[in-house]
Amino acid sequence: MKKIIECSTAIAEAVKLCNIKVIPIYPITPQTHIPEEIAKFVNDDEMNVELIYAESEHSMLSAAIGASATGVRVFTATSSQGLAYTFENLFIASGLRLPIVMVNVNRALSSPLNIWCDHSDSISARDSGWLQFYVESSQEAFDTVIQAYKIAEQINLPVIVCVDGFTLSHVYEPVEILEKNKVNSFLPEYKAKFKLDVNKPITIGAVVDQSKFMQFKKQQQDAMLDSIKIIKKVNIEFKNKFKRSYGNGLIETYNLKNKKKAIIAMGSICGTIRVLSGKLKNFGLIKIRCFRPFPKQELINICKNLKELIIIDKNISIGNEGALASEVKSVLFNKKIKIKSFIMGLGGKDVTLKDLEKTLKNKEGWIL
Amino acid sequence: MILGLNEKEYFASGHRACPGCGQALAVRHVLKAAGDNTIIVNATGCLEVFSTPYPETSWKLPYIHVAFENAAAVASGIYRALKIQNKKSNILALAGDGGTFDIGLQALSGAIERKEKFTYVCFDNSAYMNTGVQRSSATEKYMETSTTPYGKKIHGNLLWKKPMPFIIAAHNVNYVATASVSEPIDINNKIKKALNSEGVSYVQILSPCPLGWKYESSKTIEIAKLAVETKFYPIFEIENGVLKLKNIENPKDVKTFLAMQGRFKHVNSNEVEEIKRYINEQWNRLLELDKSKAKL
Repeated sequence: MKKIIECSTAIAEAVKLCNIKVIPIYPITPQTHIPEEIAKFVNDDEMNVELIYAESEHSMLSAAIGASATGVRVFTATSSQGLAYTFENLFIASGLRLPIVMVNVNRALSSPLNIWCDHSDSISARDSGWLQFYVESSQEAFDTVIQAYKIAEQINLPVIVCVDGFTLSHVYEPVEILEKNKVNSFLPEYKAKFKLDVNKPITIGAVVDQSKFMQFKKQQQDAMLDSIKIIKKVNIEFKNKFKRSYGNGLIETYNLKNKKKAIIAMGSICGTIRVLSGKLKNFGLIKIRCFRPFPKQELINICKNLKELIIIDKNISIGNEGALASEVKSVLFNKKIKIKSFIMGLGGKDVTLKDLEKTLKNKEGWIL
Repeated sequence: MILGLNEKEYFASGHRACPGCGQALAVRHVLKAAGDNTIIVNATGCLEVFSTPYPETSWKLPYIHVAFENAAAVASGIYRALKIQNKKSNILALAGDGGTFDIGLQALSGAIERKEKFTYVCFDNSAYMNTGVQRSSATEKYMETSTTPYGKKIHGNLLWKKPMPFIIAAHNVNYVATASVSEPIDINNKIKKALNSEGVSYVQILSPCPLGWKYESSKTIEIAKLAVETKFYPIFEIENGVLKLKNIENPKDVKTFLAMQGRFKHVNSNEVEEIKRYINEQWNRLLELDKSKAKL
């Protein structure tokens, strides 16, 4: 059944379908509509879940870690300063191998204070050991939350689903809400591989010295790299069940066939790029859906016949360049492709078709 | 059972605590009181470091350590995860004074306000011992720490200890208590009471640290006893807002207590007098509350 709803509502609807047991929440613009919708479900008895009104994002994710370590499925959501405030917990959750799913509604990091969208918040968490998906539409946000649990629980790593603040989170579009029984068969009840259990005591979160620490990190890296095939598999399973998919699950392309030129980007900006591509017909779109793990081989394959690649970043690693630019360049460093990179849309700066056209013509740099 | 204490051990020996560590002794008795059906949450600190050097562990109970400031928040998550599955276990959140009085205060306040169900135990040794004896807001006035050294101008720490049990009690909790590692039966009774009360309960246990307090490691119990007998560390319970103070008959001179420890070795006679006055003021306030039976 399709409903015209706000993206945040779509996310809450997805959360409702996933048999989640504990949801710690803390409000921050523009994430607020997600916990608000969830709270409505809970108070209207549409959802049996323990809602924890945390007193900060730090405690919010701490409670999520505690609940997840106790063996139940957990959801939470945040934005920007909230993600920054709970930063240390990101590394701990992934290091403890807890399959938590968190939506990050992308928003610029202060200062100057700004509540609008860019990717500087989640990009700052790039190296924290969480899988990172950047979604383009409300439907993709809805679908990705459900897929995220299926991926996370197979590899024991947490997932951040990144949703552009306002430009996506507050947009109303038609979303197909899946049937509960079908979601149940796609995403069976969570059975934790290890948990805090008085009948089988284990120690979680030990001190590891110099001799073993790297082995733990290597295991995380291996699990993250293994997740590439899991993501592809889940994308296919989802397609078989619900007749919808997102490229190969990692990268999606549009109008790329027989093209020599492409724009590569992440998030809701991809919708605008699609429109321009349809209008000009001289370039295609490469959408990075999964930023962590970074789909290196898949990107090389997709770029095989390209002569020119334009990278758009809604973030800036001050002192260098956008994060996507660095990733893409490192993957394609020995390929004969002309690469240009642009910084656009920081702090919610509108990215128009005209702005995007500039990236095709101008020298690389900032589109202010 | 000997003297009402559980004979079963939940905290394996062979851990790496310093000789004479007050906290290690206190933990042993806290766990005995809690028993088999217990889950442990531990804030970062000495206890976590000396009890879990991978691949070894001292914990015979399910145990999790997450970070420094969030033991109460992690315990909240565990409690809710059990609750929705209709499971019941004791949950103990264990932290030091830094992890409680300072960096963990917000998470603890939040958990208390939400009426989560667990017992929070603060092992109070008056400073950040794990990082090398730096001052915390639990540090006593004139105590020397590595960040409040005894200098020509400034004689150690210049502020009185934060009145943490009262800050907790102000949240309208059912059970708050202080205890000393020198009284294991008292610890046992208080932990049991705490675990049987509603919401978050709080037990603060004086746990001397030979390294930070600068005394011979064999003197831990003696010093903890003296802290109580000199009224330096008052022992009380606040049950449903009503305070009950442990009476000290023939209190000993605090000077003896101070003189036994390197952390106070520099304190001059004026400063000793000031400490005495403060102890008396605090004691009289507690006594008034005890006598009035008024609800805090």
